Amino acid sequence: MSGSQNHSGGHGAERGEHGASHATLRGYLTGFVLAAILTAIPFWLVMADVLGNATTTAIVIMAFAAVQIVVHMIYFLHMDSRSEGGWTMMALIFTIVIVVIALSGSLWVMYHLNVNMMPMAPGDHPM
Amino acid sequence: MTTATAQQADTPVFHVTDDEHEHSGGSTMLGFWMYLMSDCLVFAVLFATYGVLGRSYAAGPSGADLFDLKLVAVNTAMLLFSSITYGFAMLAMEKGRQAAVQGWLVVTGLFGLAFIGIELYEFHHMILEGATPMRSAFLSSFFTLVGTHGLHVSFGLIWLTVLMVQVSQRGLIEANRRRLMCLSMFWHFLDVIWIGVFTFVYLMGVLK
Repeated sequence: MSGSQNHSGGHGAERGEHGASHATLRGYLTGFVLAAILTAIPFWLVMADVLGNATTTAIVIMAFAAVQIVVHMIYFLHMDSRSEGGWTMMALIFTIVIVVIALSGSLWVMYHLNVNMMPMAPGDHPM
Repeated sequence: MTTATAQQADTPVFHVTDDEHEHSGGSTMLGFWMYLMSDCLVFAVLFATYGVLGRSYAAGPSGADLFDLKLVAVNTAMLLFSSITYGFAMLAMEKGRQAAVQGWLVVTGLFGLAFIGIELYEFHHMILEGATPMRSAFLSSFFTLVGTHGLHVSFGLIWLTVLMVQVSQRGLIEANRRRLMCLSMFWHFLDVIWIGVFTFVYLMGVLK
């Protein structure tokens, strides 16, 4: 029993050092500046219609969103592959896999359902 | 005292004798992360629903007609500012400065309130224009997705208030530090979800 308590105590101290080494003023400010830039550019691209092409703009702002999510994960949520013995990263990867399946599967299946269910005359506007 | 110990050693024990609080700190963060990941799946389903229904306007208003991107930009800034001020609260917590923690939590709460206020104003404005959740599949899925995020922020604000009372009464004890770290993860997680909302719903909604 004393062994297990020692273990948990050591674990706690390790966690404390771990947290302290990641949460720094510099880290938060870096994350904030990056997040602000990565937010401002997509808004500017859409509001000023810089690229002039909806599809290109959509792809570019999705790329910015993906990068910004990674920035938030690293600088605000302090994600790395070592915290909690790698289990937070495992849970994250599992979640991403499920999210990708749910999103792409829904869009794919429902797109096909829409196409098959709604034969349209040439003059009709389905949307 | 010694007899009590001897008796305890003789009688079988039918419960966990380890003090739960000694251990809870080590696994709470991982458990809370698991909760956040399952919450992420809730949002994934709502995003998928919006992705399927988001262009079914039923001859009603579209995103391009309804969304005011300047308002959304202000809202995004509010949430981003609240993220960084919560970060400052966490830095103050690590230095053990209770007054600074409370101060930054107040600032975070005000930014959060501003976010909710702007969102409610936007919803109110849309509903007055007739763009209610009942109008079209697009609006149903829009209000469900954005409203769920807003509800999360509202509950985060309640949690923030409760934690400020706890910190003022008991100080920055170990349990309160753990709770502040959980709320930190929750708050930053909501900001991550908002990135998806403003990109997929608002920005892509006004694209032709």
